[in-house]
Order: sequence, then structure tokens, then C-alpha cells
Amino acid sequence: MRAADALFAALKAEGVEHIFGIPGGASLPLYDALYDAEIAHIQVRHEQGAGHAAEGYAKASGRVGVAFATSGPGATNLVTPIADAMMDSVPTVFITGQVRTDLIGTDGFQEADVTGITMPVVKHSLLVTDARQIPEYVHQAFHIASTGRPGPVLVDVPQDLSKADIDYHPAAGTPDLPGYKPPTEGNIKQIRLAAKALANARRPVIYGGGGIVNANAAEEFRRFCLSDRLPVTLTVMGLGAFPAPHEQWLGMLGMHGTRTANYAMDEADLIVAVGARFDDRITGKLSEFAPRAKFIHIDVDPAEISKNIPAHIPIVGDAQDVLPKLTREYEALDPETSRLEGWWGRIRDWQAEWPLRYDDSRDSEIKPQFMIEAMYEATSGDAVITSDVGQHQMWAAQYYHFDQPRQWINSGGLGTMGFGLPAALGAKVARPDDEVVCLAGDGSLIMVCQELATAVHQEIPVKVFLMNNGHFGMVRQWQELFWQERYKSVEMGPSPDWPQLAEAFGWTGMQCSDKGDLRDAMRTALETEGPVLLDVHVSKDENCFPMIPAGAAARDMVG
Amino acid sequence: MGEPGTKDTVRLEDLETASRLTGRKHILSLLVEDKPGVLARIAGLFSRRGFNIDTLAVGPTEDPEVSRITLTLDGAVHPIDQVTKQLHKLVNVIKIRDLEPEHTVAREMALFRVQASVENRAEIMQFAEIFDADIVDISRRTVTIELTGTQDRIDAFERMIRPHGLIEMARTGEVAISRSRPDQ
Repeated sequence: MRAADALFAALKAEGVEHIFGIPGGASLPLYDALYDAEIAHIQVRHEQGAGHAAEGYAKASGRVGVAFATSGPGATNLVTPIADAMMDSVPTVFITGQVRTDLIGTDGFQEADVTGITMPVVKHSLLVTDARQIPEYVHQAFHIASTGRPGPVLVDVPQDLSKADIDYHPAAGTPDLPGYKPPTEGNIKQIRLAAKALANARRPVIYGGGGIVNANAAEEFRRFCLSDRLPVTLTVMGLGAFPAPHEQWLGMLGMHGTRTANYAMDEADLIVAVGARFDDRITGKLSEFAPRAKFIHIDVDPAEISKNIPAHIPIVGDAQDVLPKLTREYEALDPETSRLEGWWGRIRDWQAEWPLRYDDSRDSEIKPQFMIEAMYEATSGDAVITSDVGQHQMWAAQYYHFDQPRQWINSGGLGTMGFGLPAALGAKVARPDDEVVCLAGDGSLIMVCQELATAVHQEIPVKVFLMNNGHFGMVRQWQELFWQERYKSVEMGPSPDWPQLAEAFGWTGMQCSDKGDLRDAMRTALETEGPVLLDVHVSKDENCFPMIPAGAAARDMVG
Repeated sequence: MGEPGTKDTVRLEDLETASRLTGRKHILSLLVEDKPGVLARIAGLFSRRGFNIDTLAVGPTEDPEVSRITLTLDGAVHPIDQVTKQLHKLVNVIKIRDLEPEHTVAREMALFRVQASVENRAEIMQFAEIFDADIVDISRRTVTIELTGTQDRIDAFERMIRPHGLIEMARTGEVAISRSRPDQ
């Protein structure tokens, strides 16, 4: 069998139904094999779009997302999504064409050392040096990408090797990788110790992250939190892992989290971190982070434990395994719920004093927060929402109450502007029966607007709700608050006429700048067949609050 | 520890974290798959995480598919625990041992080219003899000395020989292996 055909046979053996990509010279044999492969190829307009679409696909479904690119510039265009997938632990496989083996190292046409370029940002990479490796490497790539802490795996396939003739033997079972044994089960002694510590805590906080979603452990997490009156907060990556709103829900924590969540962390005596990594957007000033707390840290990646914050009780394991055991051990102790009375009193005071709030306009002006609330209502709170990066992302995290895992798809770690639209395409391909809305920023959307063509060409009916404030809003906010209002290069100037631009691509374009019309406009957009872009003009200078200034402590929240 | 369901809770004030810096030199012995790019992955990991390697030695093992990388680093500067955990994430790294100094045989080899005039040649030869080093090359004005030993011993020899005009020095970095138990 031709090696390229074997590659697709191997992909099918992994259950792949969709791939995202753009062909090119070095991947011609692969695309020739794809002609007969019965795998749907979503032809995007830029390889970055292929990568983010694969991420959106993976985040929405939990299955491995796959992107294809040719050698050289095709492959280098994937670097941003690969880095993004690494930071957010997204199970993805990137397959790149490479120049012929006799050209490697000669600066051949469209040659780039993509294995070398991506080395710092992949979970693993495999450079094919013998055509017979291809089926096994595909199998390894899927195993590595999807187990343990998920992440991106690159497979680089030289053009001549993909044309070679090989005997295809389907790879099955767990691949033989002597250096890769991801942990699964948590140590029961540590779990018991954690349960006992928690039973004795008077001011506990459960702090969950994206690892819960990755582990498909939202149900186990919810059960654990509800085994007692344990206060719960989540990172921006974890939203949806606990149903919001809920009486035990404190809101998101971190830089733009609620005061309640951040103050609770600050005064907690015990913090249970689950699938979270104490990122600087969570901790603020590390030396003043949760100064009174002891830490139980549950993570599948041992290197995350005690990386930023030393853990008192480390538990290495899959959240899906650890949480039910922890719940069982904790309940068996029959903990005294009344010990949390005082703590809840304190929390309720914060919630009463510092609810999430904004000053709504007195005229028809649309405040961005109002837009998110309208979006929540128009979608009945159950759409899959993808977002770009910036103010709109944080407002969505604050005001759209996500109650299901895999409902909120955004770029948290790398913070990649332009993530939203291609991620929405991927999410819609993975979940065609669900409403998928990209909440876009105008600064972000224009970075990837060529993918508007993909939605029409590939018939992917996503909706884009564009929060248009004419600025790189978050950068503008920082220049206002921390750089003495010396605004530089944050105004978008003559932005395109977005509805017209959308129409030019074959979308339905709509616009709204009146608060009173917004909900109806959103409903109309959702009810309209095919892809629809709704350009929503919002206040230009609204700031996202509350906020922990960079490098400050939770106590010093402003706004 | 007690059985599940017991009432003995854990006092939070008794919980402690492991200390992160050990304050001593560590020798890490890594067994890695002999695959292209392995060394680049390890070097890249060290540079991007800001870990500083003191010495590094790479060579084959008894298994042709496995190489051994011996590296030393300062536990006063780096949390060794974090270094080893990050190394473990590399798929091609099979095994890591943080060798305990008292249970380890560690050796380094060094070559010294030293100025050797008629006046001091005898003295240099004498140093070499004291350290049980070999003269491996000799010319009218220089001698080249090979010395194998512990890092301390090589440091000591370097201190002795440097005032005589050390022209060039090449050191391998330590390689190490754990000591067998007496009954093995």
C-alpha cells in the first residue's frame, strides 16, 4: 500500500472523521490519498485557521482534532495553534508535509525545520525517516495527544516517503513507548489524607481548572463539591465544569474574577486545586497569594504540582479517578457541615457587597456587558460559545453563566487573538446539532477574517456576534489605567463595514447599535439559515472590572 | 494513616510542604531513547525553563537503542524535583535517577596541555605522578596530561598546574553509576 494511503487508513483506525487543512507541494501525495479516503476535509483559508479549527473541534467534542499543512510556510503557519494547544492542553495531531528526504537540510524550496521550530511547544513530535514508520507514528501520535495531560503532537512526513510502497499493518493496542507512562490512579493514602484535611478545614475553597473539562470529570467534580457546602470557583479554562449560577458558586477567580472568589482564596485555610495550574492570571503576586492556605493539588501532570505554589498534599492522577475516591473518603468521615457556617457568612457578605455589576447606559447605547447578557438570553444559555481574546472574552466569562463543560471554548493560556472564528468552525463540525456562536472582538476577527470564506464554502452555519468597540479594547484599558492614558495604536480606525464584508463572503450581515433592538437582532441572527454575522456597536471606552492589576495581590482588586 | 471512615482528621497546621532547594550538587542519570533530536529536546527544555546545566555527558549504554545522559546541576539554584518532573514529560526520556552522592561512583576525564620549559618540566611530571595521571603527548615546550578521577580531584590538579602555564584544558563532564550493594 502507498504510505500516504496507509496514513489515512491509520487515521480512520483512530476514528478520525474530519480533518482541517490546506494542501501544498509537499503534501500532494497525502491529498491524493485523501481523494479516496472517505474522511471529510475542511478546506480552510489559512493554516492558522486549520489549527484553531482542530482545537475548537477537540475542545467541543473531547476527540482529537487533526490539522494538515504542507511544508515550509504551511507548517510555520501552524506554530501559533500548536503553541495554543500546548498551553491549553488540547488533544490535537498536526500532520505536515516535508520536502523530500534528499532535500532535507539543503534549504530546499518550502523547506522549514518544523520539528525543530515547534519543539518547545509540542507534547511530542515525530519526524518520519522511514515510510514503514507512518502507521505506527500516527497511532503513537493519537495516544500521546489524548492521554495523560493532553496536548499537540506533530507528525512531519517527507514527500518521497509518503509516496513509498509499504506493507500496512494496522497498529493496535497501547503503543510501545518506554518513556511515556501517564499516571491515572491517584495514591489512595494521599486521597485519604486530603479528605481528612478537608474535613478539618473551616475556610475551604475548591479551585477547579480546565483539567476537569479535559478529563471529562465535570460530573465527578460537581458531585465532589456538592458532597458538602464547599465553595467553588473556576478558572477561565474551567468554566462549565460547575453549573453556574449555583448557591455554592463564587464566580470565576483571577485577574477579572469576582471579588468574592478572589477574597475567598485570600482568606481560605485550605485550597483544593483540581486540574488547575496556578497561572499568574490566577495568583497575581505569588508571594501574597492565599497566604493563609494549605494546598491540596490534584493534577494528572506531576510537573504542575509545586511548580508555582508548593503543595502540602500532592495527588497525581486523573481527575475522573481521583474525585470519586476523594468524595467517598470525605463523605465517610461524616464531616460537620456546620463548621462552614461562619465561612459562608463571610462569603455571603462579600457577594452582597461586591456583586458583578456595571452602569448600564441611560440611552440606547449598548454596554458590552449588556450584550453578553442579551446573548445569554437569546441563546437560552445553552449555545456553545467560542471567543477571541480580550475584554469581550472576560465579559463573557463573567456574564454568560456556563453550566456545561465544553460549552465555553477560548484561548486561555496563550491568549491568541483570532482564535474564535476558526474555533467556532471546528466546534460546529464536531457538534452540528448545537448552536455555535463566536463572540468576536473587532481587533481579533480581522486577524482571521479570511475564514469567513471557509464557513460558506464548507457549509458550516456558525454565528458571529461581533462586539465592536473600534479598539484593541483590553490594551486600550491598560494604557488608560497603567500607562497614563497615552493611547498608542489601539484605535482600529477605518474598520471595514462588517455586515457588507460578511455579505461579500456570502454570509448574512446584520448590524445593531440600539440596546432596545439587540435581543431581537440576536434571535433573528440565530434563526436565520446559514452563517450570520451580527455587528454589534458597543461603548468604545468601557473597562472590564473588577480587576487585579498585574503583579498585585487579590486584596488589591480595583473597579 | 487510619482506615477510611475513621474520624481522625488532619490538623491543617501540621501540614508542610517539601523543601524545594536541596543546596547541593546533583548528578542526574538519564536513560533516553536513541532517537534523532533527543539531546535537542533536553537542551531546549533546560534553556526555556531557565535551568542551568553544569556538566553534560552523553554516550551509549549496554543497550544499543538506549543512551545515557549524565548531567550535573546545582540544587542550591534549581528545584531538582521540578527539573526531573519536566524531564520526565519528554516522551523519549525513559528513566531518570537522581544519584545519591554516597552511593555513586562518579568520574570525569580531563586533558591538560601545559607549558613545560626545561626548568619546570620535572616538577610537572612529578605532579602528574602524584595524581596518577598519564602523559599522553609531549613536545619541546608542552606536555599533555590525561587525568581521570572525581571532579574534586580534577579541580585540585587544575589548581596545581595552572600557575605553570595552563594552555588548554578539555573536560568531559562527569559520568556516574550507582554503587552495587556489597552482597550483589
